[in-house]
Amino acid sequence: MTGTTMVKAENVHKSFGQVDVLKGIDLEVANGEVFCLLGPSGSGKSTFLRCINHLERIDAGRLSVDGKLIGYKEIAGKLHEMHEREVAAQRRDIGMVFQRFNLFPHMTALENVMEAPVQVRGESKAAARERGLALLDRVGLGDRAGNYPAQLSGGQQQRVAIARALAMQPKLMLFDEPTSALDPELVGEVLDVMKDLAREGMTMIVVTHEIGFAREVADTVVFMDGGVVVESGKPAEVIGNPQHARTKAFLSKVL
Amino acid sequence: MTTQSPERVRPAPIKAVPVRRTGQWISAALVVAVLAALGWSIATNENLQWSVVGQYLFDSSILKGAVTTVELTVLSMLLGILLGIVLAVMRLSANPVLRTVSAGYLWFFRGTPVLVQIVLWFNLALVFPRLGFGSLSVDTNSVISAFGAALLALTLNEGAYMAEIVRGGILSVDQGQTEAAHALGLTGARTMRRIVLPQAMRVIVPPTGNEVVTMLKTTSLLAVIGAEELFTNAQKIGARDFTVFPLLLVACFWYLVLTSVLTLVQSKLERRFARGTSHGAPAGPGALQRMFAGRMLRSPEGGAA
Repeated sequence: MTGTTMVKAENVHKSFGQVDVLKGIDLEVANGEVFCLLGPSGSGKSTFLRCINHLERIDAGRLSVDGKLIGYKEIAGKLHEMHEREVAAQRRDIGMVFQRFNLFPHMTALENVMEAPVQVRGESKAAARERGLALLDRVGLGDRAGNYPAQLSGGQQQRVAIARALAMQPKLMLFDEPTSALDPELVGEVLDVMKDLAREGMTMIVVTHEIGFAREVADTVVFMDGGVVVESGKPAEVIGNPQHARTKAFLSKVL
Repeated sequence: MTTQSPERVRPAPIKAVPVRRTGQWISAALVVAVLAALGWSIATNENLQWSVVGQYLFDSSILKGAVTTVELTVLSMLLGILLGIVLAVMRLSANPVLRTVSAGYLWFFRGTPVLVQIVLWFNLALVFPRLGFGSLSVDTNSVISAFGAALLALTLNEGAYMAEIVRGGILSVDQGQTEAAHALGLTGARTMRRIVLPQAMRVIVPPTGNEVVTMLKTTSLLAVIGAEELFTNAQKIGARDFTVFPLLLVACFWYLVLTSVLTLVQSKLERRFARGTSHGAPAGPGALQRMFAGRMLRSPEGGAA
């Protein structure tokens, strides 16, 4: 867990109209760390995750990935909005996995995985195909390469989505409640893939309700509520011995 | 034996006297009687000049007109669809200039009758006798023939309607698709072309089929500028030989043949694009999807494409 900082958030604010969703988030995620965000729905944890790859723009504060501000350039002490192309370039290195998978339904599993390497990185189709098949193999779906998303179970779709994100060889992976839309018996296969990924040293930020996963895999657990960080630390501390009443109340409901 | 046998024994079906549907029979008899009377009066009416109808049904001028009608329909629809896609993307863009231009275009072309637009383009030479700049200009009438004016008018008008259909299709695609594409680093334009438009096709195709049928019939309005399509030619012969009514029947016959063919094609296309949406086994990317996807990936082993 040693090493450089991957994600640094300083006093990050975000509001939707009149609703303040993030009210000053300060967090630091180290390179290679597995970072779990817990909290009740509406606590702002998903919004914070989406700010990290600029799917949402922050209203105040600073947010950087690998030492570079997200969505803005700082020139002579002044912030400049980034052009769409520059934002797209930043996102190449940040993989994201969504609650509802969001696979492209008109493409096969393999085509889903090949799409970004070919279209964004300009990789040759042959190379992308080879790597795509290897990635599908890695998530246990080597034999489903030719299937369309509608022909796959939820767990299989989510594993394809993980392979699709990994195809861009990201330095950071964001998981937005990756198992919340799955039938209970399919949760395990997705979590297993994520555990493998954590073991290989991928930097991961995971918004989840799977307390067991957080306890077992996370290096740091953060409990958010009402747009602020309530408590953070090692899983044994935050989950095993919570200090705040709100954390205790939340954990008593989900455990 | 307490275990159930694997083969289920089917009980004998119910045998019952069906309800009498007297009303159905009476109404059917009435309809047949009325149709027969109408058919008799039409078939035996001297004024309809059935022999003339038969004489001109396959007349070369009529057939040429029908071909022109089909040409104008196909060309103006193809160009109209392209224009519609451009206008729809402009309408949905974040750029306020493009949004306003698109909205203004729709306001004008949907707000004025297509008949007026046809006459307007045909008479362009009245306002701009020459097109171009300085010495690089041409005589307007030499560029805008009746066919040219017709194609221009129908295309520009259709673009406005297709823009709304395409916009509806684009909006029907889940926002998560755009987010997933953006998260992978695809730019806005590429996301539209590779991810959103191919999926929007399913929603765009059925109303576009209706537009084609409507367009085919709209071409009859071109008679006012003498575009030499089916209706112009039928009217010309009718006026020359004092056989107005029989030639109208000839025109009706060919319009019905053409719209029937189009309707068949449309239902085939719709079935094709509906495949996989309700039964979980999507068809491979269709011809139209390929058209928008541009460089489509080759189908992998075992792919359904």
